[in-house]
Amino acid sequence: MKNKAAGHRRKFLKSSVYIGVSAIASSPFIQRCSSKEPDKEKKVKLLTTDGTLVEVNQSNLMKMSHQPASPKEARKGIPGRHFVMVVDLSRCRNARKCIKACDHHHQLTPDRPFIKVLRMQDNKASSPYWMPKKCFHCDNPPCVKVCPVGATYKRSDALVLIDNKRCIGCRFCMAACPYSARVFNWGKPKPQSTDHSYSPETSVPSQIGTVEKCDFCPDMLRQDKVPHCITACPNGALYFGDQIADSVTNGSETVRLSTLLRDKAAYRYHEELGTEPNVYYLPPSDRLFPFKEAPEGQPS
Amino acid sequence: MDLDQKSTRTLNYFVPQMVTISKSGILQLSVLVLFILGGFYALYIQIVDGHIVTGMRDNVVWGLYIANFIFFIGISYAGALISGILHLLRVEWRHPIIRIAEIITIISTIIGPAYILLCMGRLDRLHHLALYGRIQSPIIWDVLAISTYLIGSIIFLYLATIRDLAALRDYPFKSKWRHTLYKFFAVNFNGNSKQNRYLERGLDIMSAIIIPLAVLVHSVLAWIFGMTLRPGWHSTIFAPYFVVAAVFSGTGVLIIALWVFRKYYHLESYITKIHFNYLGIILMILGALYAYFTFSEYLTSWYGSETWEMEVLYKLFDPNGYWWWFFFAAIVGVVVPILVILIPQFRSINSITAVSVIAVFALWVKRYLIIIPTLETPLLPLQDMRPEYIHYTPTAIEWLLTFAGVAMFCFLFFLFSKFLPIVSVVKGEEGTNYAELRKTVMQRIIKRT
Repeated sequence: MKNKAAGHRRKFLKSSVYIGVSAIASSPFIQRCSSKEPDKEKKVKLLTTDGTLVEVNQSNLMKMSHQPASPKEARKGIPGRHFVMVVDLSRCRNARKCIKACDHHHQLTPDRPFIKVLRMQDNKASSPYWMPKKCFHCDNPPCVKVCPVGATYKRSDALVLIDNKRCIGCRFCMAACPYSARVFNWGKPKPQSTDHSYSPETSVPSQIGTVEKCDFCPDMLRQDKVPHCITACPNGALYFGDQIADSVTNGSETVRLSTLLRDKAAYRYHEELGTEPNVYYLPPSDRLFPFKEAPEGQPS
Repeated sequence: MDLDQKSTRTLNYFVPQMVTISKSGILQLSVLVLFILGGFYALYIQIVDGHIVTGMRDNVVWGLYIANFIFFIGISYAGALISGILHLLRVEWRHPIIRIAEIITIISTIIGPAYILLCMGRLDRLHHLALYGRIQSPIIWDVLAISTYLIGSIIFLYLATIRDLAALRDYPFKSKWRHTLYKFFAVNFNGNSKQNRYLERGLDIMSAIIIPLAVLVHSVLAWIFGMTLRPGWHSTIFAPYFVVAAVFSGTGVLIIALWVFRKYYHLESYITKIHFNYLGIILMILGALYAYFTFSEYLTSWYGSETWEMEVLYKLFDPNGYWWWFFFAAIVGVVVPILVILIPQFRSINSITAVSVIAVFALWVKRYLIIIPTLETPLLPLQDMRPEYIHYTPTAIEWLLTFAGVAMFCFLFFLFSKFLPIVSVVKGEEGTNYAELRKTVMQRIIKRT
């Protein structure tokens, strides 16, 4: 486990082949591989956790379903990580692909998305711009402070998650969050198809009378992948990465976080509130696209 | 227990009303029960369909329920502060009104928190508060403070009632269960000097405890709002502001209750104009204090004119927004009671009660205005297309449950009056000691000068 954690930094966001292999190797995939049978079947090469290459029969492989972390496990962060997101406002043109990907992955209905793309205008003189907004996963989260039962909590890897099996639905966190990041299941949620049990890391299935929000897709992070919104953005406006490893990626390019934040004069939304967000914004200057108003009737 | 003549007369006056119920009484009671049943029906729908049946949505996450919660906890101040302070100050005229004040406290401290339960999305997980409670959360402070306050108020009422319970135990009731009941609660009290001494000490201690406890309860309640980073809420003035508003509305409700019982049970000889005058003057002083806090709060945020704060203020002062409600809550509800009580010619039992009604209504509206406009003003621009997400309108379900709460308040009051005389029958003996003490102190002062 220690080796794996140390290896994480190097491996982060390299080609998905390695990631796939290491995931298979650490799984019960090769439990039955030691049996020696006549070699008639097709062989598959696999890499084990200690780094040796083994060859196994294809019939010995089992389909594995990724069981997400249990509510208890999901309270601990992924060791040695501190996740951050960077949003390049100069690249957003309100394509809304991030919202779509997020809704699909979390099985949300369009009336209560985790992501909003807001039309912003800082003052009368400056041009309007589009601002994608998710949960900021604050380091001093007002929502976690006020929760009476610890249903929403802060993890060592900077994530703020919600355990909807513990939530009592008092909505104090929603009143406390200055960024309107949270949504409530006012009625019965749409039936959701899932083959695994509930985990705060997937936020699926939803429950009536509980609070939900953007979770930074920890089930993807556990597989060394980035959240769905990052890969969905057609303009590479969204970066995701690890502050400790000092690297972020938007799916196509991987850059040094500290350099990006310094050179592009990054800011955090309403820094003065003291919430210490983990989402940085790069100002909407030198834009890729001119600003265009949203079509009529489009929800934000 | 030996009763003096006056107490016997009072007891004989009240007992027939306790054991019988008139035809109009039954009618009034069934109206109350109808409202309560309506509330249960609304609750059933809310539990089955979820909070989608309320007007609350993702921006306005709290609505009528929380306004009612603050309101009921506010009027619970009647008993705690009024009876506690009047007891400690040995005010003579308190005796006929103190029982009513204490009953208001207990009933409203039971009904108030019920609104928090109605607001909760998962009532079935109430036990999580005990299982996973976090002391960092102001909600847990509230749970602890209110439950302590309720227990304290019950003890206070009980201690103040023991003498009456003993008198009722010795009264020749026809029904046996009443005997058993009063005998159990009278705990062998027979009025000897030792028991009286202990009882008085207990009452003194409880009234000394209940006053800071009441202040704490409403401060903690204010902090639920004050601790959040929201315009109109995030203010240091909030705790004392809530406390003053609470005593103001509590006194108002006490005056209304006195008027109702005076009419209903014909207590003209017990509850007199003096009580209304004195309570009216207390109401006037509290109204002035409350006006001062209101002025200070809004002047400060207006003068500072921070964008976010101003957005809320604009909504309150916008004639198409909340202006007329705000005008009623902050100006009419304060100025009218003060003027009417201030001018002796206007002062009568009916006028004092009428302005109390205005003040209590104004205070309810004020609680609504504290919650809704702030929640309708999030920091990020509201760009939702759906009107119900932008503007909060309470639904029939929420109104049904609100009326059910008021009906429950009246119903429980009625129930109390069938078990206990609502005016204390047996007077304690504490007055004599203090009168003597005062006499000796005065003599010493006179000697010195």
